[in-house]
Amino acid sequence: MTRSDIDSAALDYAAGGGLLSRRTLLASAAAGTAAGLLQPRVARAEAEIPEWTKAAGARARGYGAPAAAESAVQRAIIEPWQDVAPAFSLSGTPHHKLRGTITPSGLHYEVHHGGRPDIDPARHHLMIHGLVERPLQFDLDALERYPMVTATHFLECAGNSLFNAIMPEPMQAGCDMLHGLVSNTEWAGIPMRVLMEEAGVKPEGKWVVAAGADGPSLARSIPMEKVMSDGMLALYQNGERIRPEQGYPMRLLLPGFEGNMNIKWLTSLWVTEAPVHTKDESGEYTEILADGSSLQFTFAMGVKSFITHPSSTMTMSGPGFYEISGLAWTGAGKVAKVEVSADGGASWAEAALAGPVLPQALTRFSLPWHWDGSPLVLMSRATDETGAVQPARADWKARYHASNFLHYNAIQPWQVTAEGAVQNVYL
Amino acid sequence: MSIFKLTATAALLLTAAAARAEGPGLGQPLEAADIPFYATYVKPDGTGLPAGSGTAAQGAEIYAAKCTTCHGATGSEGPVMPPVGPNDVWAKPAGSYWPYATTLFDYIRRAMPLEAPKSLSDDEAYALAAYILERNGVIDAETAMTAETLPAVKMPNHGNFLDVWAKQGATPW
Ligand code: HEC
Repeated sequence: MTRSDIDSAALDYAAGGGLLSRRTLLASAAAGTAAGLLQPRVARAEAEIPEWTKAAGARARGYGAPAAAESAVQRAIIEPWQDVAPAFSLSGTPHHKLRGTITPSGLHYEVHHGGRPDIDPARHHLMIHGLVERPLQFDLDALERYPMVTATHFLECAGNSLFNAIMPEPMQAGCDMLHGLVSNTEWAGIPMRVLMEEAGVKPEGKWVVAAGADGPSLARSIPMEKVMSDGMLALYQNGERIRPEQGYPMRLLLPGFEGNMNIKWLTSLWVTEAPVHTKDESGEYTEILADGSSLQFTFAMGVKSFITHPSSTMTMSGPGFYEISGLAWTGAGKVAKVEVSADGGASWAEAALAGPVLPQALTRFSLPWHWDGSPLVLMSRATDETGAVQPARADWKARYHASNFLHYNAIQPWQVTAEGAVQNVYL
Repeated sequence: MSIFKLTATAALLLTAAAARAEGPGLGQPLEAADIPFYATYVKPDGTGLPAGSGTAAQGAEIYAAKCTTCHGATGSEGPVMPPVGPNDVWAKPAGSYWPYATTLFDYIRRAMPLEAPKSLSDDEAYALAAYILERNGVIDAETAMTAETLPAVKMPNHGNFLDVWAKQGATPW
């Protein structure tokens, strides 16, 4: 939205680079309505009437699909080894083409270590065994009869934003490639506690090894404390059965914990006294620190945010009014505040958060902005309810070995050039 | 309020309390014989390892036939996460970085090769673990890997990990 007719000197600025007070857009929107009333546009007899307004539309259909003109809104596919190991494949949510906070199920990010299995739900079982009083198995029909809860939570791959973490020069790509391995869903399912209590966890059962029914039988050790406090056996994703990409017919949901632990196609929960050091918790999902030692069992995702509008690969449509908008989240609970800078971090203004702000869920933030056409750097910085703040990239890099690309949560700066191009930069 | 209504309310409350405590209780008994191996994991102390054995020399032959396309001719070339280190591709080669050798056996048996997981015999999985460990200089060429020798292997990076969950629980690092 550009309104170059506005007197920019009279605006209510909140920080440098043209950031405006959070009330500005409401005021100018009201002014726009008033102006519209003064000059009403009346449809004239010779006005063009589009053909769809002169015909009957298509009939009802069993399952809807996005508008044909939106077919370019797709996940970005990342295949590190292409045809050598095609089953190891990822795709990122195109956040720069979406608004709101819920990720459409078909655009939820994917990380497949051994491809997406094709599971017959009638032959799928969930087993609970190990250190329990009663080893049990459940089929889908039985699970469907349990009391269910509904909760909105993000999932984020520990490797989200990996290109910013390891590329020496900033990669020029959209939010789908740069930050697409995070998505947000309304999940419905059974509290894990109910199923674990039915099996009767023995006092020495302190961990649960969860395994999927996929080819590699991906497995992770999970603290019993987490499973019992807010773990969910998720059966529904945004109201419908979980998509095959997200674990059909059932997955484990551990709010705030790295995506890899939220086992898809869940088939087994094995109660043990200690973690068993599965492959993923032995290497791939450990972080090498600057001193060469490593972190193991780094479960919760840190506080993070990025601006989706405008963002890398977009082009500004000239100077004037814009709404800066983006997403913030934290594995530690709720987002407390998001600050935005339009002068490379010299000054900051607090963005509005679209409520309700939910724990371990994506939160949309926004702030009105008047771009005067000069080059500048936009960035967002989130703080969570524990007081944790996003680090600058250099500070994040300094903690880890150069090869580490996991748990990257640094501030994302976007360079806006005088020509209006928006680019990924490191600051 | 009529007696009928009171009774109905009490019954509802009772049902709700039972459900809160236990759920509807629809789980079916699970027999040990119905638990597949991949529903458990070999523990660092070797619990869960099956009978069988394999040497690095035997592993080299299986590796050459089934693993090179992804992990490279000798395990250090890649392109996919070479298990033999040091290499230029992957800072965390399985055969030297992982804290426990038992994970190698379990992971290979359940997950590799990528396109045909669970196709290897226990002997083959032992032999491939032996080959990868030997190529990393962690074991010698003669020692066969078995349920006794594998958990006794001392991994060079063992003891170099900080357990973040034990240190600070669910607080992000
Ligand atoms: C078609 C490609 C392919 C073939 C063939 C293959 N692998 Fe793998 N391997 C992979 C992929 C992909 C991964 C990473 C999987 C993941 O991240 O979960 C992997 C991971 C591994 C790892 C763990 C590496 C690490 O550092 O985390 C080991 C060990 C391994 N493979 C052993 C083998 C053995 C032994 C064979 C032969 C029997 C084999 N692989 C054949 C693709 C392959």
